[in-house]
Amino acid sequence: MLIRNLCNIALASMVLVLSGCSGGVLDPKGQIGIDEKNLIIIATVLMLLVVIPVIVMTLYFAWKYRDTQTHEIYAPKWAHSNKIEAFVWAVPILIVIILGVITWQSTHSLDPYKPIEGKGEHLTVEVVSLNWKWLFIYPEQGIATVNELVFPANVPVEYKITSESTMNSFFIPQLGSQIYSMAGMQTKLHLIANEPGTFKGISANYSGAGFSGMKFNAIATPTQADFDQWVSDVKAQGSSLTKANYDQLALASENNPVTYYGSVDKGLFHTIIMKYMAGMNGSRNMDKNKEMGSMKHLHHEMAEHSVSSANSQGEE
Amino acid sequence: MSFLGKLSIDAIPFHEPILVFTMGAIAIGGIALFALITKYKKWGILWTEWITSVDHKRLGIMYILLALVMLFRGFSDAIMMRSQLALATSGAPGYLPPEHYDQIFTAHGVIMIIFMAMPFMVGLMNIILPLQIGARDVAFPFLNNLSFWLTASGAILINMSLVFGEFAKTGWVAYPPLSELTFSPGVGVDYYIWALQISGLGTLLTSVNFLVTVLKMRAPGMTLMKMPIFTWTCTWANILIAASFPILTALLTMLTLDRYLGFHFFTNDGGGNAMMYINLFWAWGHPEVYILVLPAFGIFSEIISTFTSKRLFGYTSMVYASGAISILGFIVWLHHFFTMGSSANVNSFFGMATMVIAVPTGVKLFNWLFTIYRGRLQMTVPVMWTLGFMVTFTVGGMTGVLLAIPGADYVLHNSLFLIAHFHNTIIGGAVFGYLAGFSFWFPKAMGFKLNERWGKGAFWCWIVGFFFAFMPLYVLGFLGMTRRLNHTNNPDWNIWLYIAMVGAVIIMFGIICQVIQLYVSFRDREALDDKTGDPWNGHTLEWATSSPPQSYNFAEIPHIDDIDAWTDMKEKGQVYQTKASYEPIHMPKNTTAGVFMGITLTAFCFAMIWHIWWLAIVGLVGGIAVFIQRCYSKDVDFYVQPQEILATEKAHNLSASKGINA
Repeated sequence: MLIRNLCNIALASMVLVLSGCSGGVLDPKGQIGIDEKNLIIIATVLMLLVVIPVIVMTLYFAWKYRDTQTHEIYAPKWAHSNKIEAFVWAVPILIVIILGVITWQSTHSLDPYKPIEGKGEHLTVEVVSLNWKWLFIYPEQGIATVNELVFPANVPVEYKITSESTMNSFFIPQLGSQIYSMAGMQTKLHLIANEPGTFKGISANYSGAGFSGMKFNAIATPTQADFDQWVSDVKAQGSSLTKANYDQLALASENNPVTYYGSVDKGLFHTIIMKYMAGMNGSRNMDKNKEMGSMKHLHHEMAEHSVSSANSQGEE
Repeated sequence: MSFLGKLSIDAIPFHEPILVFTMGAIAIGGIALFALITKYKKWGILWTEWITSVDHKRLGIMYILLALVMLFRGFSDAIMMRSQLALATSGAPGYLPPEHYDQIFTAHGVIMIIFMAMPFMVGLMNIILPLQIGARDVAFPFLNNLSFWLTASGAILINMSLVFGEFAKTGWVAYPPLSELTFSPGVGVDYYIWALQISGLGTLLTSVNFLVTVLKMRAPGMTLMKMPIFTWTCTWANILIAASFPILTALLTMLTLDRYLGFHFFTNDGGGNAMMYINLFWAWGHPEVYILVLPAFGIFSEIISTFTSKRLFGYTSMVYASGAISILGFIVWLHHFFTMGSSANVNSFFGMATMVIAVPTGVKLFNWLFTIYRGRLQMTVPVMWTLGFMVTFTVGGMTGVLLAIPGADYVLHNSLFLIAHFHNTIIGGAVFGYLAGFSFWFPKAMGFKLNERWGKGAFWCWIVGFFFAFMPLYVLGFLGMTRRLNHTNNPDWNIWLYIAMVGAVIIMFGIICQVIQLYVSFRDREALDDKTGDPWNGHTLEWATSSPPQSYNFAEIPHIDDIDAWTDMKEKGQVYQTKASYEPIHMPKNTTAGVFMGITLTAFCFAMIWHIWWLAIVGLVGGIAVFIQRCYSKDVDFYVQPQEILATEKAHNLSASKGINA
């Protein structure tokens, strides 16, 4: 039947992609991405154990019991069977229990906030989504870039993420997880590249007219020395990013070229997060802190990490 | 402030050729329609029999008409998006700049969910539910008419945005801060707010109306566990609406306050928090998808048991499974934003809660399978939609469970994989269900059957087109393509974007087949005439009436002894019997209040969008005045006289006996 053929084509094309075209989430180059790919494959195979029989049974029953098959048993009043009912509840429950266990374990092991273990010290990069470009600040190196992210392969990177304005999602498909960037808040993500290469980075949350151009290259250098060389190159050729000219950068622009900043004001990232607290007078500021304190409490249940760090900075 | 607020001649987009063309087409079509109605002198009938009608069957037909018109609009958006993405590859800009394209994908989402799927579902429920429970109308007939006009108001507003100003460029979720005044200063988001607000009110009133109808107006003997399954799934959907739509109302009100009065619920500054909006949006938005799909499940159940000439397998399981889906649908909203930074514990909880929904849904699929088992399945058009659904929806369910695993969602979130998934469930689940119900109940509503050949043609185009249009999107998701891109520059993606475009064109042929089907069926309506009122040898009470049903539905309310009440009556030989005399029947009178409130409140919303404050006051006060006037009106009902009932029943039973003998 046509439907079955179409399903086969669909499945075949999925398998084709699973076996690795290039450049997508099924062609991961980092540990997080590899784990997530395996998770997708395991879960899909488990579910196919139910899905394929259901599809086959649908088509088989429809064929076998079509009205011209008058020799088949016909039981118009048969509408209940404890055995079958038990079976139809038990099978999905069983699969869901297995998937539930996998979910609990994988969600904890792949928690974007969890540092990557056993790979040494993390490099810290502060990420700011602007309309419509990405700003990467390297606080340890004292440099910043726009629309280009460079880090050494095999070194875990800790991303601290916020937004200047609208909400975006920081995503390098071949390295794994994405996390939203939200103004006035800080989110976190830990990724690693297992091999050198240039990977596409995008915003995965629509943020307005220039959204399609919010792309950057994420470059994993072969060695730490290559990375250090790049840092000194940036320092040598880049201008400086200050709180004053940051406002200029924050103006909306599309398809921004790669820009280097050889120096960057200390605490710029913190300033960006805290900018929406500015302009409040003393007493209101205290109210604000109280309010943020209770919000922090709320989010400890909802989102253990997401705003708490921004808040604690606010309370300093 | 000027007399027309922010509205001026500049608001009309004369510089957009596509929009000018659309406006021209609408104008020509409108004038042609106006001329035809005038020529055939149908204005009177249109007003007295339809626009002011409180008859649930006529309102249902008008809802479905609205849904079909909006399907054309929403599909036009879809095919524009697909062609833009097929053209704008390898760095090409395509023909739709972001300014226009961003409005199109926002409108597509809002229209397809709020103004196509919802009215279609509510329309089918309107026509069938009161008939299935043996009622003569709904509990509040005027409210039902008002609900329709409020829904229509929303649809009119969203289409007015084509001509005056712009629509939102935020995506159908309208997340702040993008939807706040700072980033969306135009009227687009205001159109979004008011169109959703007013139609949401209509939907909420509908749910209350039908819940009361089901609880208070069932035929004697029909206990809750003897209600037809479609009525049950609609009831669960209505419970969901009553519980979730107030969240939408409150949410939109807060966004309104932010945009109009400088509040800071969701703004970046002033202590606002967009995360609150996102949580509340999905606290409504997730139940909403079950509101759409549960009635479709009911439709499939009715169709499968009717066309296998068999009882539905596991009725009790089906009822409880629907209930489980409804309740669980309320505790999974966070799976729409696993990537917001919640802790692993929170994400795992919501992931696992989502998977649990797969259990009752799986049970339903198995129950349909075992209804076919040892039945006599007739390959009619409704059955083909149902089988197509069972195959398609299973795939959609699987990808849904995959997305419910946070670790997988971290890389698939917001990608085209997600787009493929929810079209897989909404088209393959809800829309296939409504189209199945459309062909199943069409003879009941209109009095003649639909042409089978064109129906089958439509089905094959839809399902083949569906697989071509959406399977490539799964692949593109895996290849790392995110949603709402205006143009792409990745050679690996091109081939899949082209295939998806071809799929959309095939679906277009399906829609063309459906238009031809309607025309051909209307032309051949004599031959397709449904004389008995029971063309499919149905199981439930709607088939006890004539086609189209008598205005009062049932001359005498039957006593119910079985879930398949009509089958039971047929087996006992209690059908098509005309009594010697009938009691007069108490019926509601038509009313102009609904349509006038629709007009005044549309004016109010339009005025709010454009800041025309005097008109806003006039519209709102006018709407309330019409309502109060209606509340004090005593001329709201009449009695159908026994003579008239006797004549109607005689005619129906004579026609039915001819139909059976023929």
